[in-house]
Amino acid sequence: MSHFTQIVVQTQDFDFAHEYQKLRDSNHSDGALVTFVGLVRDTNLQQSVSSLYLEHYPAMTEKVLNNIVQTAKAKWQLGSVSVIHRVGQLKVSEQIVFVGVTSQHRQSAYHANEFIMDYLKTQAPFWKKETTTQGDNWIEAKTSDMQKFKDWS
Amino acid sequence: MLKVLFFGQLKEVIKTECLNIEIIQNGKHLNTVAKLRSILQAKDNTWEEYLAYGKALVAVNQEMTSDDTVLCDADEVAFFPPVTGG
Repeated sequence: MSHFTQIVVQTQDFDFAHEYQKLRDSNHSDGALVTFVGLVRDTNLQQSVSSLYLEHYPAMTEKVLNNIVQTAKAKWQLGSVSVIHRVGQLKVSEQIVFVGVTSQHRQSAYHANEFIMDYLKTQAPFWKKETTTQGDNWIEAKTSDMQKFKDWS
Repeated sequence: MLKVLFFGQLKEVIKTECLNIEIIQNGKHLNTVAKLRSILQAKDNTWEEYLAYGKALVAVNQEMTSDDTVLCDADEVAFFPPVTGG
């Protein structure tokens, strides 16, 4: 039983309960565990979405995710950190991303989890293409996501 | 030789995933990202539009960087639209 850092990029789904349990079991000194799961929505910009395709830059992705987690660990006292991001074809309501963080107290866990997601969304090389009733579109980056990233510095 | 990669919508519109480019082109040394970008943009209107500064981000050896970054032979350079993961 010890703290761990896990960073995984995979096509297959992940089991939330299993990932949560791994974080819980990693130690008994942390009193806080915060998780975030991102899901495929059925609408985007008033269009009905049927599926999402996620592309990435394999050589760069894990490097960036690792840097983000290391930066979070330098900012807050964290125990275990787990980041799982899926790629490939995903249907509506499927899980895209999991971020789980443990720490002694809740504030660090809340902040670090949000920080990891804000950095991931603007720095990690993933691109989404959605299939809608009106055809396929590459999703455009949101200025609100970039603002959330900038707010941390 | 520079290895140049493209991702996302950019890859799709220019119909190119990967290029190997000599770092010296017609006597011109592509020793910065900016110079490489402008040589690529000269290919045609689509390349010019989608590789425009601000529209295509750049990473050198898998690290996001800026146009004034110095390039060395055998570097891996990637151009891509702003990222949309998560």
